[in-house]
Amino acid sequence: MDIFGVPSQALMAQLMIGLVNGSFYAVLSLGLAIIFGMLHVINFTHGAMFMLGALLSWAGLYYFNLNYWVMLLLAPVVVGVFGIVLERLFLRRIYKLDYLYGLLLTLGLTLVIEGVVRSIFGVSGKPYGPAPISGVTDLGFLIIPNYRLWVIAASLTACVLTWYGIERTRLGGYLRAATENPKLVETFGINVPVLISLTFGFGVALAAFAGVLAAPIMQVSALTGQTMIVIVFAVVVIGGMGSIAGTIVTGVALGLVEALTKVYYPPASSMVMFLVMVLVLLVRPNGLFGGKE
Amino acid sequence: MKNTIKNILFATSLVASTAAGADGISGNTVKIGVLADMSGPFSDLSGEGAIVSARMAVADFVAGHKPAFGVEVVTADHQNKTDVAASRAREWYDNSGVDMITDVINSAVALAVSQVTREKDRVLMVTGAGSTTINNEQCSPNTILYAWDTYSLANSLGRTLTEQGDDTWYFVTVDYALGKSIEYDATRSVERSGGKIVGSLHHPMGAPDFASFLLQAQSSGADVIGIASAGADLHNAVRVANEFGINRRQKIVGLAASMTDVHALGLEITQGMLLVEGFYWNQDDEARQWSQRFFEKTGKMPNLLNAATYSAVTNYLSAVETLGTDDAGTVLAYLHEHEINDLFAKNGRIRPDGQMVHDVYLFEVKRPEESKEPWDYYKLRETIPAEKAYQPLSESRCPLVKS
Repeated sequence: MDIFGVPSQALMAQLMIGLVNGSFYAVLSLGLAIIFGMLHVINFTHGAMFMLGALLSWAGLYYFNLNYWVMLLLAPVVVGVFGIVLERLFLRRIYKLDYLYGLLLTLGLTLVIEGVVRSIFGVSGKPYGPAPISGVTDLGFLIIPNYRLWVIAASLTACVLTWYGIERTRLGGYLRAATENPKLVETFGINVPVLISLTFGFGVALAAFAGVLAAPIMQVSALTGQTMIVIVFAVVVIGGMGSIAGTIVTGVALGLVEALTKVYYPPASSMVMFLVMVLVLLVRPNGLFGGKE
Repeated sequence: MKNTIKNILFATSLVASTAAGADGISGNTVKIGVLADMSGPFSDLSGEGAIVSARMAVADFVAGHKPAFGVEVVTADHQNKTDVAASRAREWYDNSGVDMITDVINSAVALAVSQVTREKDRVLMVTGAGSTTINNEQCSPNTILYAWDTYSLANSLGRTLTEQGDDTWYFVTVDYALGKSIEYDATRSVERSGGKIVGSLHHPMGAPDFASFLLQAQSSGADVIGIASAGADLHNAVRVANEFGINRRQKIVGLAASMTDVHALGLEITQGMLLVEGFYWNQDDEARQWSQRFFEKTGKMPNLLNAATYSAVTNYLSAVETLGTDDAGTVLAYLHEHEINDLFAKNGRIRPDGQMVHDVYLFEVKRPEESKEPWDYYKLRETIPAEKAYQPLSESRCPLVKS
């Protein structure tokens, strides 16, 4: 059976690939959404943190013979600590200023990070491989590498745990309260600045986690993050700035929309997300899941 | 006393200005400008390597020939901006006395500098860029396209594989000028050799994932999947072909791939891939010896472009020495008349359209277990003679050829 001239089997296969990419966008966007939602910082370094995660997983294997699974835990921790340092040194000083200053500062930091990586490792990037999970699974309509199935599982698990942690636990409650009214939360004996630093660290750690997941699939180079950051911004804006659940759903959905575009009109596949973004913003300026401010 | 010094100064300046006449070497110094991408997307291909190559060429020439004139190398980063490149070239020609510019990777940059060079009547030896526009629509008597062009790669791969029986092709093409011109050239050579194009798709530049595109290429059932893109797009396409095992049933061909790409991806991923290049560091003793010296300076083996820059600078300096002048017209006429045979080019000659044609080679990337040492990447499959590799002059769109 054909669906608009494409065999349904082939279409299923493409949607499956879209699901892989979508879950990946979801986990990457999630960190950005948390940082914006809690800190009100438009964090442009997110793409660079993603790239650092991927690069660390390569470097761990290449220089220290640390395998993928070790780096899947270690890289987010290292990048998270690096994020906390940046937050303490730079971001902290501009919380009281307009959003624009945060954007400019993080954009500048991104250029510095990417520039340093480029001058050390070059622009062509490093090969990570082979994938830590080998073999393929025959789904009937698609023979998919097992590693890609793992990417879906790992991403969605990370998404759900994060959502649960922020929306359903006491710590998440403090965090949400601290962003609403920091003074009041401090009167309960909670150290709000530390909470904020940890949130930023966790947000960029998620980016690094996505980077480690991506390393065996994508070429790891200084510029890897640049492609991603634009997509991820679109996801967060469509989902509703700061909405955790909205970001996850939108990430997956956009992966699927992109997959369909790749089948029917490939040249538009990078543009379609922004078309969706424009349409959503026209109808719902706060995004699909964003509350009214 | 004052007057004497004045007179001496005057006399020296007179001597200097005579030396700068049409039949001498201006300022008794030959200046070579290396205009490269030092930090952008092409910096692994050109960048530091281009500068090292040019400096090696000058050092070797000076040591070997002990010329009566001085040779200087100046360098700059064009940042992949045509305006930056053009104004730097203008400044070099006008104020710094630069005689010849080389590298100029990035076709848009090459075209901009080519225009300035023609206007100022100097010499441009393009060893970085490879767009066929440089030697067709926008060809110039002052510009030599020295290292490669997209036509020779696409054409050689298309023809050779089709003649060997891999005659159905599918193209995964990046959606801008580079990809489309590669696909166009490859399509023509495949069809001319009796092959068939079963499909193609155009993907946006910098697409994050290529699985979808490669699966479409796979389901076409074509013998050959031609990847018509460069840099990150090429890398990700080849990676996915390997990840999904597509390269086990169908041949994956990087239509504009180079050793720099193979090195970046590693043999695990690129093994069995076919590509065409005009130079490989391990092709013969002469190349090996020079490459080893290059390696000692840079920590990496030279690619095609590095070797081309060395060769271009060397041949330019030899021409200037033989002629005793750095007058652009005279030097260009000499270069056009003489065959080039050195560590880079075999049977090389410069045609009226500015293309330096030379033998090119079809290489297959080795399997990891076949590779004996670092940078041991290629098996030679076939030598493609210059006259078969390049666009025939009869098809040229260069006005200099028609007149």
